[in-house]
Amino acid sequence: MGEAEEISQPPALSCRDLSVGYGSRIVLEGISLDIRAGFWTAVVGPNGSGKSTLLRTIAGLREPHSGSISLQGRYLSAWPRRERARRLAWLAQTPGATDLTASEVVALGRFAHGGWLAHRQAVDDAAMYRAMVATGSLSWARRRLSTLSGGERQRVHLARVLAVEAPVLLLDEPTTHLDPPHQEDIARLLREQAYGGGVCVVSAIHDLSLALTADRVIVLGQQGLIGHGTVREALDGDWLSAAFQTRVDIVDHDGVHLWRPAVPPARRSEGDQRV
Amino acid sequence: MSVLRPAVSIFGTGRSDAEMPHRLGTWVTCCLAITLLLTCGSLIIGTSSVETSLGWLLSPDAQSSVVLWQIRLPRTVGAWFAGALLGLSGAIAQGVFRNPLAEPYLLGTASGAALGVTLSLIAADASIGALAWTGKLGITGAACVGACAAIALTIGLSRGVLQTASLLLSGIVVAFLLGAVTSLLLLTKPDLWREMQVFLLGSTGFVSWSSATLLAAAFFVCAVPAVLLARGLDALTLGEETAQSLGLSLPMLRLTLLGVVSLGTATAVGQVGIVGFVGLVAPHLVRETLSVNHRQLLIGAALCGGALLQAADLLCRWIVRPAELPVGAVTAFVGGSYLTYLLWRRSRDG
Repeated sequence: MGEAEEISQPPALSCRDLSVGYGSRIVLEGISLDIRAGFWTAVVGPNGSGKSTLLRTIAGLREPHSGSISLQGRYLSAWPRRERARRLAWLAQTPGATDLTASEVVALGRFAHGGWLAHRQAVDDAAMYRAMVATGSLSWARRRLSTLSGGERQRVHLARVLAVEAPVLLLDEPTTHLDPPHQEDIARLLREQAYGGGVCVVSAIHDLSLALTADRVIVLGQQGLIGHGTVREALDGDWLSAAFQTRVDIVDHDGVHLWRPAVPPARRSEGDQRV
Repeated sequence: MSVLRPAVSIFGTGRSDAEMPHRLGTWVTCCLAITLLLTCGSLIIGTSSVETSLGWLLSPDAQSSVVLWQIRLPRTVGAWFAGALLGLSGAIAQGVFRNPLAEPYLLGTASGAALGVTLSLIAADASIGALAWTGKLGITGAACVGACAAIALTIGLSRGVLQTASLLLSGIVVAFLLGAVTSLLLLTKPDLWREMQVFLLGSTGFVSWSSATLLAAAFFVCAVPAVLLARGLDALTLGEETAQSLGLSLPMLRLTLLGVVSLGTATAVGQVGIVGFVGLVAPHLVRETLSVNHRQLLIGAALCGGALLQAADLLCRWIVRPAELPVGAVTAFVGGSYLTYLLWRRSRDG
């Protein structure tokens, strides 16, 4: 993709001078970001640095104290509700447990396309089917969500988000409750969405090693935004070290970046026989 | 499992769900069959003996047809619709508040209706002009106005419908406040106490064809939007923010559904008085036997609530015949025992 061509389009998401907080407590201040389509961006940072708050605000679920957010070049508040929901899908960190079946949950992802009175169309079924196949949740289609394990539930919710077929996906910890192979599956899925579908994928990711397999990272620290750029820029600029108060170390293992504690864990000495 | 855990039946256990669609059909058929049986039963049970009633049915005369078709039939039909309204409202309230212990009187309707009736009785007592006016409005009209005023007060007190906790709290405050006012008023007019008691304990004894028609009309006005908006309640089970992110307007959804709950309970309370527990128990009965989405739950709770109140109506006429028990006392007793049984089973199952 040529640089000029990329710049001629408005960014999928952009925010200017965003300040967000709960009551008088300011969580994020003066955040300006441009997030482009076709990339997977991972939001990383320690607990309480405002990853979820940032995603929620961009998703339009929290009013910012000040600043503006635009989706595809148009202010978030200027979009009609359902049109916005068709373009921007959000996955909560802990979606509720429900008595609905998996396919009923995924069908809710199609709400923005039909509205209250519409019946499910063939396109809706097709989108649901693709999303459930992609997340490997099709075999539980008729199971109740309350009878599924945490990881299975997470994949159903992910299928619900994919079924929206939105050009912007905001995912708050999509890999929680998943074992490492399934985490990798989700990461591959997000990359496919970004590269194949040209989707703007933004996800908060706790696991640093996984986050560093993304295209770009947004690094948040206790003091606010540390940086937004490619993984290379983040590594060269030591952003993660700054965010985690020098407690993490990134090692390059055959081109895969892995994190380890900066201070190696204490080991039991050879002669120590205590039980 | 916490009581506040949303959407899933508090007493629910894991159930296999492959056979659910068939079970739903069976369940609805059962409910309708029970309703039919109860309707027939209520035609032949009354102050006269069963043999006499059967005789009336077989060889009708002028007097008996009045008893059968102008007293007993509207009464049981009205009881069904009132119960259906309460069951439907209860299921909606539990969905909107995402709390399985929510019930239709939560917004202060019951105490508002009681105050409305008290005021109208006192006014009728006090002046001829007011008597003419309250005569037009009627006890049921006064109850309806009182219930609506209480809901308006509750929503005003919590400044909108968006904060679940403050809405619930306002409902409790309004219920206590209006209850206190009613009690104070009744203390000054002890002769009204007997009249009020009929209303406070709930009674299906005064349901005529006109009030049965009113209840039926209110039921359809409530059921249509509720079933159309059921998907919104499904979305709410995933959390309020997720529901919003799906493109739902939360204020619109809540206002409409709370409007439906208000209309439903106000009408029911106006016609049959304060009948407790039907609205709480009916949705639980459905969830206990079926795992369902909200569209199915709403329909099921309405059918179940209708059959419940019809059964209670029959019981209250039968137990102490030829006298009658207040129907609210019967529903409270039966509903209370059922909830106790559920709690006992839940603690036994661990």
